Amino acid sequence: MAEPVLMRGNEAIAEAAIIAGCRYYFAYPITPQNEIAAYMARRMPEVGGTFLQAESEIASINMVLGAAAAGGRCMTSSSSPGISLKQEGLSYMAGTELPGVVVNMMRGGPGLGNIAGAQGDYFQATKGGGHGDYHMIVLAPASVQELADLTVDAFDLSDRYRIVTMILGDGFLGQMSESLLLPEPPKKRYDKSSWILDGAAGREPRTIASLRLKPENGVEQINLRLQEKYRKIEAKEIRLECYQCQDAEVLLVAFGLAARVCKAAVNQLRSGGVRAGLFRPITLWPFPYRELLQRAGRMKKVLVVEMNAGQMLEDVRLALGDKVPIEFYGRMGAMLVEVEEIIKRIENHEK
Amino acid sequence: MRSEAAEAKRVYSRPETLVDIPTHYCPGCGHGIIHKLMAQVIDELGVRETTIVIAPVGCAVLIYNYINADGLEAAHGRAPAVATGVKRVLPDRLVISYQGDGDLLAIGTAETVHAANRGENITVLFVNNAIYGMTGGQMAPTSLAGQKTKTSPYGRNPAEAGMPIRACELLNTLEAPVFIERCSVHDVPHILKAKRATKKAIENQVKGRGFSFVEFLSMCPTNWGMSSQAAADWVGSEMVSYYPLGNFRDR
Repeated sequence: MAEPVLMRGNEAIAEAAIIAGCRYYFAYPITPQNEIAAYMARRMPEVGGTFLQAESEIASINMVLGAAAAGGRCMTSSSSPGISLKQEGLSYMAGTELPGVVVNMMRGGPGLGNIAGAQGDYFQATKGGGHGDYHMIVLAPASVQELADLTVDAFDLSDRYRIVTMILGDGFLGQMSESLLLPEPPKKRYDKSSWILDGAAGREPRTIASLRLKPENGVEQINLRLQEKYRKIEAKEIRLECYQCQDAEVLLVAFGLAARVCKAAVNQLRSGGVRAGLFRPITLWPFPYRELLQRAGRMKKVLVVEMNAGQMLEDVRLALGDKVPIEFYGRMGAMLVEVEEIIKRIENHEK
Repeated sequence: MRSEAAEAKRVYSRPETLVDIPTHYCPGCGHGIIHKLMAQVIDELGVRETTIVIAPVGCAVLIYNYINADGLEAAHGRAPAVATGVKRVLPDRLVISYQGDGDLLAIGTAETVHAANRGENITVLFVNNAIYGMTGGQMAPTSLAGQKTKTSPYGRNPAEAGMPIRACELLNTLEAPVFIERCSVHDVPHILKAKRATKKAIENQVKGRGFSFVEFLSMCPTNWGMSSQAAADWVGSEMVSYYPLGNFRDR
């Protein structure tokens, strides 16, 4: 029987990655996620893996690209400004369908911003921050347990679909210590021998490249294949949590840490007689449009709560249109949303 | 006649590592020569089936179409980082990063210097033709002072653009690299020397010795606006006098 352990969020991610079989980790220092690199620097040699502190965020994502092409289970981690630098590599990995896990422990922006937790990179993560038509799977944990569990799942999803999977956490979550049960190693192993580059011994040489200069079997064909894959992921991999939604009349919609604050608000509202619920997307891409409509279509009101200026809000509007009144409450610059403010905004409506 | 033919010794054949198709390179370009040197060495060392070539962004972007081995695309300048990733997963494979001057010395300077400084056990083949070829002839970090290009129409002005960077000398300040040599492919004697350097640089990796770097001074007649012969002569006179040929390190 597994015993609960007390771990900081960032370290839980790192240990979960090791459990998931990640043996190649490349990264560059940036706050507030430095504990991941420090943990990997210590742990990777113990498990025969590779830790490499790269010369830049750009180099680290390209090392991930190379390691992925050679068949390694690999990861990089960073925080908002560093993730901006990785966008080039992420686009190339999408164009060449290479798997890998990228952790973004978001901090306040734009610019250098600050080093506390924020959610301002939702657009960048879910809409394709680099050039071209592509998506990553984006997972949004809301606890240290979930940081660990979703990290293991991220490797599995990444290999299953040959797609980059991003863990979109935030600086607060990374610094929090909570007790958790360490996840089980994934059971499924993916045979990559049909596509990786490991030297053309006894087979025809292979190329992994996104460049297609001619229209026949060109870049449009790559895009068509990608879009087909994205539709498959949208159909199969949506994850969400509904909290007290069953009889709810007002619905909070939030992800990550903001959703935790919302949970506390739901509890307080309910003890005051307001039937509130929480809808928490766990996959931000693919976003649960249909699932949200199913649950929110009959609500009196939806309040979207984010630690940004209203980014997921746009997806909520896409899902619900004008069927339900939608309001927004957000804080920016790595300021926490507050339970009292959420309650006030719901109760104003109730009066 | 028949018996004479039977006794004839084969002295030359196309390397197995070089795919038998026409390339997209211009007449008089040096890439074809350098591809062939690399292919000959891979053949001679018998390592074709363990080779992974990292393609640059630049004129050699399609190198994987011409080399009969696995090929991987890298973003502009990132080939040494991509090569690092491949090599860390497959330390017993031969990983060659083939790069041009804009790729290696402008947008990818950090990746070049740090892969060399870590002493990654990879081979970097650097083609210096003093210009951006694929994009149509812009000034490169290695364009000579006074050299006219699309983006230095009055000639490279060192007061504004700085002097051309010497890659071998730059890397020779680092501790880790085991082999650094500058060669030229402007005539046959120099091509033969370049082959010896290429062989050493690839052999080093096979033997696990560490980071090896070969710079090839090479021709770009199209973007220089010269005939093939004039371009070769320009390498032999102008380029060689700024970029001294020779071995900088051989451990």
